[in-house]
Amino acid sequence: MSHPDTHVRNRDLPPIPGPLPVEIRERIFSLLRRYPSKQAVTLPALHLVQDKLRCVPRWAVEEIADILDLSPAEVHDTMSFYGFFRDESDRLGARRLWVCRSLACALRGADSLLEKASEFLGVPVGGTTSDGTVTLELAECLGACEGAPACMIDDEHVHDISDESRMRELVHRLRNAPAGPASGQ
Amino acid sequence: MATYEPVLLRRIGRPECQGIEGYRADGGYKTLERVLKELTSEQVTNQVKDSGLRGRGGAGFPTGLKWTFLPKGHPGPIYLCVNCDESEPCTFNNRVLVEKDPHQVLEGIILASYAIRATTAYFYIRYEYGHGMRQMQKAIDEAYSAGLLGKNILGTTFSLDVFVHRGAAAYICGEETGLIESLEGKRAWPRIKPPFPAIEGAFRKPTIVNNPETLANVVHIMERGVDWFKSIGVPPDPKNPRDAGSYGPKLYCISGHVNKPGIVELPMGVTLRELVEKHGGGVWKGRKAKGAIPGGNSMGIIPESEFDIPLDFNGPGTVKALGLGTAAVTIFDDQTSIVDVLHNLCRFFAHESCGQCTPCREGTGWMLKIVERIRRGQGRREDLDILEEVADRIGIMPGTTICGLADGAGWPVKTAIRKFRPEFESYLKTGPRQGVRLQMAQAH
Repeated sequence: MSHPDTHVRNRDLPPIPGPLPVEIRERIFSLLRRYPSKQAVTLPALHLVQDKLRCVPRWAVEEIADILDLSPAEVHDTMSFYGFFRDESDRLGARRLWVCRSLACALRGADSLLEKASEFLGVPVGGTTSDGTVTLELAECLGACEGAPACMIDDEHVHDISDESRMRELVHRLRNAPAGPASGQ
Repeated sequence: MATYEPVLLRRIGRPECQGIEGYRADGGYKTLERVLKELTSEQVTNQVKDSGLRGRGGAGFPTGLKWTFLPKGHPGPIYLCVNCDESEPCTFNNRVLVEKDPHQVLEGIILASYAIRATTAYFYIRYEYGHGMRQMQKAIDEAYSAGLLGKNILGTTFSLDVFVHRGAAAYICGEETGLIESLEGKRAWPRIKPPFPAIEGAFRKPTIVNNPETLANVVHIMERGVDWFKSIGVPPDPKNPRDAGSYGPKLYCISGHVNKPGIVELPMGVTLRELVEKHGGGVWKGRKAKGAIPGGNSMGIIPESEFDIPLDFNGPGTVKALGLGTAAVTIFDDQTSIVDVLHNLCRFFAHESCGQCTPCREGTGWMLKIVERIRRGQGRREDLDILEEVADRIGIMPGTTICGLADGAGWPVKTAIRKFRPEFESYLKTGPRQGVRLQMAQAH
């Protein structure tokens, strides 16, 4: 299926200036006491940064590494293992819509839903709308199988998106809702 | 059989089922108070061991026995990691517990930590459970305010901190050593065992990894005793010397082509047929079932003719499925193509293989490619044998991978082909029927 070429071309966006906001740095420092190793704060720190900046720029990887006494390569190694985190060339929209494609949802029509979501938003899977409001993702089992086909907005489940009209409604609601991504930690 | 009264789910759906006040009004934390004042750590471990409780996360390892593997007289620290990664497809029992009754799980965490002498517990929860994460954090905050966490809990010498740690959407983090690596801030590559986590786990210290449902059971075992727990469920199968029995209640998830998808708590040993017909409201649209996944994708696929197996730790193995797994049952009806079902499962494992071991990384990728070509109508006669051969050779059982998730990727393939071979063979001849197959999603 071809898409109208309206999704964000990140290379045209201005770079995100560093350094990290003071409140993010302070929250990262406040988590250090929870673990016997600084490295354990890697995932929480990545969550905090991506929640705020909608990606983890290279300079933020270096800043996290500096706080945690790691090499930037170690932070990047962890970050890139999880397909979840985005770098600056591939930043997220204000909200993320995940459409589940695993068995319980697929048996109730999820594959065509993902296609529909892609059509309504005008972006391919993984892409972000040109106004920067929504990024579309596919998900492996969300653990919401009693409400299949299920979707997720940021980190909250939405049950029973059982047909095209419900997906249309969901997309409409997302595009017009004020941005307010859920917090990481 | 008399109607079973739920224990783990008994508070769910009541108003105030999430807050500490409601939990205490229902008798919550009384068991903890009594245990901390009257019993030693060894006594708690022994009671859990005597109950026969087996882990609810998938492998079914005896919980109390796992606790005894910790080094005796260790100076600490010892860690408890709660595995709420719950990424096995079609599984959501822990999500319901944590979202709706987080204090029940938390009381189990505190009891288990007391038993194993842990002073720090990490509650590892998958990213997708944002609501559950916030409910658990709220419960933890309430427990600190009530003196149930922190220093000198309820005036005793026992102290415990509990921290929530969020994952980042990776299936492999549910493998216990993958979880530990992820907690430590590394890529979630499972570790070679031994050493097992009880000897060297999180931060190279002795660590116990338990599942929330397992820990919720601990509360009731300590409250009601071993005899109560053993009065529920199924004793060991005399024909299987390796079966340690399947005692206690179990949360069963029902999804797919049924009229009433949902979660139900029953004594271990309910048959798959009863689960579908009585508790799942029967197959949807008045159709018949073709088959089911008896306990999450990794356990394999079984045909309708085998629905009379009991869903206990021993039952699925008697029809050569991998095991009970997470007891998450997914039904597909007789209009569904087995090729589409297998394609969906293979796609999942190819997407989620962590990439550490070559047989799994390459094997899951090739199994998907072969199933894709069959599904497109371009399958070859030898494809079924190749699939079986690959599926048989990846995993911890054939000894080619570090963790058991590779076995879980092979099992659906070999069970599908062995149990539904005629359908595959006819599909190879005719190709896809137009209009009834699932649409293929875009590649990620």
